[in-house]
Amino acid sequence: MVDLYFVGVDVGSLSTDVSIIDHSGKVLSEIVIPTGVNGSEAAEEAFDSALKLADLSREGITAITATGYGRASVTFATGKTTEISCHGVGAHQLFPRTGTVIDIGGQDSKVIQIDSRGRMLDFTMNDKCAAGTGRFLEVMANRLELDLDELSSPANIEGESAPISSTCTVFAESEVISLLAKNTPREEIVHGLQRSIVNRIWSMVTSIGIEGEVTLTGGVAHNRGLVTLLEEKLGLTLNIPENPQTVGALGGAHIARRAYQRSLEPATN
Amino acid sequence: MSIRTELRYKIMKDYGAPAVMALQNFKKRKPRPIPEAFGPPLESNKRLKEILSRHYFLSRYVPGVKKVAWVTSGAPVELLRAFDFYTIYPENHSALVGAKKQGADYCGIAEGSGFSQDLCSYARIDLGHMLSGKTPAGKLPKPDLLFCSNNICQTVLYWYKAIAHELNIPLIHFDAPFVTSEQTEADINYMAQQLQDMIPVLERVSGRVFYLNIFEDILKRSMETSKTWGTILDAMKAQPAPMTIFDAFGHLAPIVSLRGLPVAQDYYHILMDEVETRVTQGIGAISDERYRLIWDNIAIWYKVRFLATFFAERKMNFVTATYTNAWAETTGYLNVKDPWNSMAKTYGQIILNNNLKHRLDLMKKMIKTYSVDGMVMHSTRSCKPYSVGQFDLRKAITTDLDLPAVILDADIADERVWSEQQIHTRLEAFCETLEGSKHG
Repeated sequence: MVDLYFVGVDVGSLSTDVSIIDHSGKVLSEIVIPTGVNGSEAAEEAFDSALKLADLSREGITAITATGYGRASVTFATGKTTEISCHGVGAHQLFPRTGTVIDIGGQDSKVIQIDSRGRMLDFTMNDKCAAGTGRFLEVMANRLELDLDELSSPANIEGESAPISSTCTVFAESEVISLLAKNTPREEIVHGLQRSIVNRIWSMVTSIGIEGEVTLTGGVAHNRGLVTLLEEKLGLTLNIPENPQTVGALGGAHIARRAYQRSLEPATN
Repeated sequence: MSIRTELRYKIMKDYGAPAVMALQNFKKRKPRPIPEAFGPPLESNKRLKEILSRHYFLSRYVPGVKKVAWVTSGAPVELLRAFDFYTIYPENHSALVGAKKQGADYCGIAEGSGFSQDLCSYARIDLGHMLSGKTPAGKLPKPDLLFCSNNICQTVLYWYKAIAHELNIPLIHFDAPFVTSEQTEADINYMAQQLQDMIPVLERVSGRVFYLNIFEDILKRSMETSKTWGTILDAMKAQPAPMTIFDAFGHLAPIVSLRGLPVAQDYYHILMDEVETRVTQGIGAISDERYRLIWDNIAIWYKVRFLATFFAERKMNFVTATYTNAWAETTGYLNVKDPWNSMAKTYGQIILNNNLKHRLDLMKKMIKTYSVDGMVMHSTRSCKPYSVGQFDLRKAITTDLDLPAVILDADIADERVWSEQQIHTRLEAFCETLEGSKHG
């Protein structure tokens, strides 16, 4: 049998991620690079790196799904799907009992309900504001002079948390500035920021409801403090993928694989 | 009224307006090519454009001839017609400004004068127009009277109060108690009495006497017009639907702003004949209708073409909307033999003055009778009465009817609120759900 390989390319607002799988769904390589100013170039670069890592060439690839905000700029893709569908399928592949996916991406966050095959049933997204997204944390890390890892310190649920607005990144940033001016300990501010995001996510979760296991995807899943707070708020344990950033790309690769398999079906009739 | 101004109005009405319309048609630019996804456009579009252009064109010659009233979309305008007011609908005008993608300019003028950005964009555009005199319609006449009803929102009262204060003119407010479960006898009496109490004020402002028989004729005409509009919307139950809801958003203008006048009555007969012929001949508004959708809330005026094309290209057609239905829903209560109480029932029970349970039942019924596959809800920053409750409605509808739905955060006329990329992703994800739900 000829080897078949499928690729998902997720050009997000902050990072561009590529996942390559074989015909059985086994992951061969995964790459995450910053998107920078040119999504198209980032996609090319990430794709080439992933190919190299898997020891494959472009000619050997069967199908490619582009997803994410920059999906239209991926000229080498054979199909395009929204990141919402991709995160659903990706989460299903990693945790088959997933019924709900919470994706906290760079530019937006979403709560997605999926069926037993990972297909999206319903979803909700944050409105245009960046509060409750990865970008929110990035802005705040910059303001607090912490890197994103430091910002993910495990939250002490019982500890103090500075009150921070969850409605607007710009306003929240000025709140952080005034908290710093008042010598509020940084860990309290970090805790307050994590809580602010969790509150945003919570309102989306309540609007759509929770079904089955809940899987958290997107780069913000690396933030251990936030995960702890979210689990406390939801009253359940979240599935956290090993590489939460590449779940969308992984889903894209599986969508390409499914589409290819479907395209074979009429021929067998 | 001087003989000169009256003569000028008559000349403009009989000769000026037709000449301008003819000139418009003569210098007609090359028609925009119709994308393949659409069926043949409605012939009635031309007549619609003529009616609206003529209405705005003539309005500039009206001062000194007729009294001018600015009216809200849900106000019982039939009563004003009995005094021959020339009516201008600021909401309709603001929608026009929005459709021309000039909303942000006008809103900015109002905001510069201290009106909050959180106010309805129809209000901000209108206030921006009042403060600057700017309008894409050439020139609008200043009002002699303001007439509003809180049956669509509370904002209209404060918006019209601001105009009344600025221009020092009378404001009549028709207070419609919110229908929490059923309309009560006391509510109906209260509203019916208000309508009758308006007569002396209207006589004073217009300088005309109220004649019941004239009013009854107007009421009859209004009823008949709304009924025809209802029949037109009903025709969209056909598969394929003869027009899209985006067409209907445009064809809504006469029923909103010229209701009770012969011109609106005649127009809807033309449109009705056309859509019924299309149904008989199987002509669809889009070339290949595979999915049928319902729209909730007011149009996103500056993105009508974008949305129409986006969905038509995906073989999806909006076949019904709570918005367009609002001008057909309650007019069945109108009764010439009982004018005051029947108007109270009609205007007191319109969708935005009625409870959420009513809206849910109505939407479920529309989804069933129009064979709807999915729902798009526009959550608009401008209209809180329309947007609050949409999350609950969505939850109830998606659960009870297993219907895919999406909420778009946008605005009716302030294009600054639109975020193309976010909306695009949402809509595409919605289409993916819809395709998955219909084809497994």
